[in-house]
Amino acid sequence: MAVEKKPRNQMPCRDPKERAGDFKEVSLGYDLQTAKAEAMRCLQCKNPLCRSGCPVSVRIPEFLHAVANGEIEKAGEIINTTNSLPAVCGRVCPQEEQCEKMCIRGKMDAPVAIGNVERFVGDYMLKNAAPKKTDKKQSDKRVAVVGSGPSSLTCAASLAAKGAKVTVFEAFHKAGGVLVYGIPEFRLPKSLVESEINKLAAAGVEIVTNTVIGKTLTMEELIADFDAVFIGNGAGLPVFLGIEGEGLNGVVSANEYLTRVNLMKAYEKDSITPVYRGKNVCVIGAGNVAMDAARTALRLNAESVTVVYRRGREEMPARKEEIHHAEEEGVRFELLTAPLKLVGSESRRVTSLVCERMTLGEPDASGRRRPVKVSGSEFEIKTDLVIVALGTSPNPLIKDSFKQLKTTERGAIVVDENMQTSVEKVYAGGDAVTGAATVILAMGAGRKAAAAIAEKLGL
Amino acid sequence: MYEILKIRRLAPNVREYAVYAPEVAKHAKAGQFIILRVDENGERVPFTICDYDKNAGTVTVLVQEVGYTTMLMGRLNEGDCLKDFVGPLGKPTDLSGYKNIVLIGGGIGTAVIYPQAKQLKREGKAADVIVGARNKELIMYEAEFKAAARELYLTTDDGSYVRKGFVTDVLKELLDKKHYDCVFAVGPMPMMKAVCNVTKEAGVHTVVSMNSIMVDGTGMCGGCRVSVGGQRKYACVDGPEFDGHLIDWDEAISRLGTYKEHEAECRLRAGKGE
Repeated sequence: MAVEKKPRNQMPCRDPKERAGDFKEVSLGYDLQTAKAEAMRCLQCKNPLCRSGCPVSVRIPEFLHAVANGEIEKAGEIINTTNSLPAVCGRVCPQEEQCEKMCIRGKMDAPVAIGNVERFVGDYMLKNAAPKKTDKKQSDKRVAVVGSGPSSLTCAASLAAKGAKVTVFEAFHKAGGVLVYGIPEFRLPKSLVESEINKLAAAGVEIVTNTVIGKTLTMEELIADFDAVFIGNGAGLPVFLGIEGEGLNGVVSANEYLTRVNLMKAYEKDSITPVYRGKNVCVIGAGNVAMDAARTALRLNAESVTVVYRRGREEMPARKEEIHHAEEEGVRFELLTAPLKLVGSESRRVTSLVCERMTLGEPDASGRRRPVKVSGSEFEIKTDLVIVALGTSPNPLIKDSFKQLKTTERGAIVVDENMQTSVEKVYAGGDAVTGAATVILAMGAGRKAAAAIAEKLGL
Repeated sequence: MYEILKIRRLAPNVREYAVYAPEVAKHAKAGQFIILRVDENGERVPFTICDYDKNAGTVTVLVQEVGYTTMLMGRLNEGDCLKDFVGPLGKPTDLSGYKNIVLIGGGIGTAVIYPQAKQLKREGKAADVIVGARNKELIMYEAEFKAAARELYLTTDDGSYVRKGFVTDVLKELLDKKHYDCVFAVGPMPMMKAVCNVTKEAGVHTVVSMNSIMVDGTGMCGGCRVSVGGQRKYACVDGPEFDGHLIDWDEAISRLGTYKEHEAECRLRAGKGE
């Protein structure tokens, strides 16, 4: 049967010039009409490949079918069976690399905009749906969840739905992990994360802030007090370049820059927490965090923001959409450019970044073509703020205080196929296991661990 | 919320706060620090723990009113609450490998060496203690140190009490007369740097406590990075104590001033009672 071509419904976005001046959300979301129209583009495949592309196996054709029929709440319930955070995932998942990449429709015209419809459903549920009472009987099994980012929230939600008594421990004063300190407001509104966390609290999950596991409470205490422990404390120490001048003032990690702005609200005029407002900002790295930092710098009134990356456009790890948004807003890219050293003033403020040009050689271990220096190509970029966004290495706090936990050489927690660590009763997932990755992969790990814990505890 | 159970005024603009935080108190060890926020819009500010009482569930910090947050704290009373109080962070002090120790406290750093003085006395190797301050009013814990130290040496910058001079003047005299295997110094960075210059020459191992700028205190932000022997260390998770002879002091002191314009602005606001 021939299928009629129907173009994909574009996500409406605010004007780049206007949005680069504030922190309000960039993408506006579908209205009901558009969501239904887009959902109708789904071919309802008998063997839906999109599902296999999703790390948490969302029942995509089913929820799209419900949306096409205008049954949004039903769609929400279908999504919730495997994904407790659709409003978040609809915004920050790299769908183009996952579900939408597998969508058969992509071979004909364009894949169904699954993420955009998921976001619509997630937002609808947060606004309209009453929290569903679980009919599952409360069990007396208690589970401690360390951290409150995507893997932990997912694990907590799954276990609570199965009747476990869950306590989430967060080191910061506010729950949400990378969703509140890392991803900026203009990409993921904080009120939305807060609603998700309130929902979890309403479902009976206890959330304890200001508690650093390995310091405020030890792993041994958690193991003694709880029937199982899930460690989802995320990535830790920021990676720096190891080049001359990194100790200069005005050189910060993306973690620090974004935490000051997002969690500590340093973008507000009256904020007590300071942040450097650079005029000519350089961001080193080209992942999603680098794009977030670059776009944040624009919104803090930088005159120029330059992303410096040693590989080429094709190799940039950030989502295409994020790169596109950044370019639209005026972020410049110096690709095939490697930082050599940072130069500072007498008062030790950074004044320039010395770089050299690269060219692409043979593929390396990662399969990406290895950048090779172009000799004699050194040049200088004038800058007063350098944001280093090269990823993170796992947080050492738990590993250092709890020696029986097996970790890799890099410090990542070792788990088996059920997300169980080398220690009985202790499970782990998310960036603490994989190193810096995506929200949805962390959620997948949290869900998997929850299933294993539930089975172990007989829930 | 974390209730302030007791406030003790030690000097003009210097107060000691005993805060009810039982889990922190239970796990605290000398040399570690906490991070607090006064209210919902507050900044996160680190303070070294100067005392703790596991039975009472309290942790004591010494606060000098020099910036926005510390000025806000100056207006709090016993029974008021702090919004957030997290810890104990960082690694505890470890002076177990040393026998003849000098403890040096400058300004409110004095509070940090007091638990060490007590502990060393308990272990039967009471330390010599040098306490320095700008003037007589800022000399703190004199009676406490008298009880815990082998010898107590006081000095004031302006000579308003005991003797005029810096802690380094006293230290030089002591190093000439006696043998020490470790100096532990806590105070403003320029003071710790000056101490290290003296002890480096004398070849005496020196431990210092770095009060770097930080946000989370768990290793995430990297703001507190310090160059130690050419390596990048994080004061919050690797420290706060380091071998003072290996620290790049000029970098550390300059990094402390990263936000000084903003801080001055906020101080002004706090002064106006905003």
